[in-house]
This record gives sequence, C-alpha cells and structure tokens, in this order.
Amino acid sequence: MMFGRNPLSVRGIGANTIDAIWRLGFAARFFGLTVTHSGTSLRRPRLVIREVYYTGVLSLIIIIVSGLFVGMVLGFQGYQTLNTYGSESALGVLVALSLVRELGPVVSALLFASRAGSAITAEVGLMKATEQLAAMEMMAVDPIARVMAPRFWAGVISMPLLAAMFSAMGVFGGYLVGVVLIGVDEGTFWSQMQAAVDVREDIMNGVIKSIVFGITISWIAVFEGYDAPPTAEGVSGATTRTVVTSSLAVLALDFVMTAFMFRGM
Amino acid sequence: MQRGALDLWVGVFVMAGLGALVILALKVGNMGSFTAPESYTVYAEFENIGGLKPRAPVKSAGVVVGRVTGIEFDTQVYKARVRLDLDKRYPFSKDTSASVLTSGLLGEQYVGLETGADSVMLKDQDKITLTQSAVVLEKLIGQFLYGKAAEGGGTTEAPAK
Repeated sequence: MMFGRNPLSVRGIGANTIDAIWRLGFAARFFGLTVTHSGTSLRRPRLVIREVYYTGVLSLIIIIVSGLFVGMVLGFQGYQTLNTYGSESALGVLVALSLVRELGPVVSALLFASRAGSAITAEVGLMKATEQLAAMEMMAVDPIARVMAPRFWAGVISMPLLAAMFSAMGVFGGYLVGVVLIGVDEGTFWSQMQAAVDVREDIMNGVIKSIVFGITISWIAVFEGYDAPPTAEGVSGATTRTVVTSSLAVLALDFVMTAFMFRGM
Repeated sequence: MQRGALDLWVGVFVMAGLGALVILALKVGNMGSFTAPESYTVYAEFENIGGLKPRAPVKSAGVVVGRVTGIEFDTQVYKARVRLDLDKRYPFSKDTSASVLTSGLLGEQYVGLETGADSVMLKDQDKITLTQSAVVLEKLIGQFLYGKAAEGGGTTEAPAK
C-alpha cells in the first residue's frame, strides 16, 4: 500500500500487517452487512435470477467440459495403477470417490473463482470507479442490498449445482474411458461404485464443501470489487486478488474440511 | 423478451444441477440399494476383528442383510464389541454364529452370519455369543512356517541317523 517505503523494513512490515488486519476486519463487517441486507434479494428474486444467469449458466460450458475431461483422465490413470494389482473392477469406486469427495467441489470452485468471481469483482469495481454506487446512494438505493447481496447469493446458489454437474460429468467421463474404451465390465463398474459411495458420508459432504466454497468465493469477489481503488489499475489489481485469494482460501478450507469429514476411520 | 429467455436458462441450469445431484445419489451412491429404514441392533464380541471397519456389510449366504454401525473395545472382557444393524425383514435364530470374513484374497472385510437351529429369534439389543475371529495373515503364515520347519527338521534328521 505505502509506496516509497521499503516493505522489508520494520515500519514496512508493521504497516502491511496493520493494513492486512484492517482489511480483514472490514471484510468481516462487509460480510455481515451483505447478509443483513439480503431482504431485498428475497423480495425481488428477479435480481438474484439475473445474477445466477451470469455466474452460473455462463459457467456451464467450462464446468461440463472440464468435468468430462477430468473424469476421462481419471479413468485412464486409475486403470493403469489398478490393473497392476489386478483390481480394475474398482475403477468405478476410484473415479466416483475422488470426484464426489474432492475433485468435484475443489476443481469446480477453482474454475468458478476464475470464471465468475473475477467477473463479479471487475463489474462491481467498475461500478464503483464510474461512481455508479455513489449515484445509487444519492438516490437512496442501498448498493449493498441492490448490487452486492444478489451477486453474493447467486454465487452461493450456483456453486453446489455446478459442483454436482462437474462430478456427474466426471463419472460419465470415467465410464466412457473405463467401460466403453478399455472394456472394464459394466456391471462391476457400477455395482462396486454404488457399494462404496455413501449418500450421506460422501455425496452430502461434497455438497457441504461446495456450499462453503460458494460462500467464500462470492464473499471475496464482492468484497474485492467493493474495496477496489476506483482506478483502472485498482480494478485490475482487485480482479487478480480475487482469483488468487479465493483459490488459496478454497484449498485451505478444503484441507480443514477434509480433515474433519474423512479423518480416516 | 430478454427477461423471459434469461429466466428460461436459469430454470434449465437449476434443473440440470438438481438432476446431477439426483443422478449422483441414485446412480453413483447407494441410495437405491441398501438403506434399511427398519432395522434392529445386535452385538457380537470378537477376539480379533482384523481390519473390519464401520459401515462394512453384514452378509448371510452372500446377501447383504445389514451394516456394521459401531466398533469399540470392551475392557470388561478385552474383546472387540461390534454393533450390527440388521434389516427387520431378516430374522436370525438365537444361536446364529458370526464370523469376520474377507471377500477375495485381500478384499474388504465383512461380518458373515450363519443361522442356527434355535426356534427363538434374536431380538433388538441381543448379543450373538458364537463368534469366530478374523483370520490374521501373519499368524497363518507363522503357523505354516512352523509346520514346515517341524516337517523339514524331521526329514533332514532322518538321513543323519
């Protein structure tokens, strides 16, 4: 933040630390404001539906294509290793568990952060830079209720749906490679998968993960846009920070949640 | 016009997302197969359960009749106390025997039940008394090696005499 001050000097480190804590506190207060100002989104669901279109529907192609390819690669790689131990019948289990528990929520969250999160930050940041948010306030329209909350909730709604589609497409991709291409027996592929994947333990935990990721990414994206310096440089920096911060947050949160959910019985 | 098209796409998106969840639950998960809403609980004590884990299946004649829902160590008798939730549709006699078995050579472990001849059936919270522990591969190999050594000792000593 402070130009002309050596970031490695004691004063620089102190200033950066205080700045980071200040921003964290502001972000937390902003999160609370967004949640308490969500009444407008409930009364006017059109606002949220419009944002679900921009964040969710437009992310469909990348999610579906990535899911399909990740599943197909899992099919190839899993078969390679499992075949060494003569247990290629467990291919379905491997593909389904890795997708439903980890890859589905995490990879779709990373894609969502770069595809939709950056767009939200850029849009909100430009609205601030061109003083549209200030104009709303002049007209007694609350920008947090009118602009931030619908985008936030659209992200929270879209994320679990996108993650579920990613996992489903991935399983289909694994089926294409494993059963159709390589020739693993179709019956054992599905029956072993169904015996090993538990609806509550595996699928519900994956959904919980993706809801948490949705909250995190939408919060970071909306906040970075709201907090962006009102310059072209500021908006570009905020967009970059959104992608970097939310990707790191997703990976860190995933580790914590995995440690709680699957602590290896 | 614009709004209508937008709503349609959002509707399609939400439907597809929920559809994917349903597919995951039914096709990938075990929602369709064993859910056992009606079950009764019995306990079995084993000397050694090997690698048995919670949620492992309980099978009788190869058919899944229940799940292992809890494993704990009982310091009263120094044995493993395994909680089995069995489907209400399948009653078992009081002298049913339970054993920890392995599917395949190195596959997952499950509890196998073999019903006895008693006309009294197991009730909720009952205990299965006839149990057989898991086969521990190391012990088996150890026994085999001891047996071989004893045999081998006999044959190598024979020509010396």
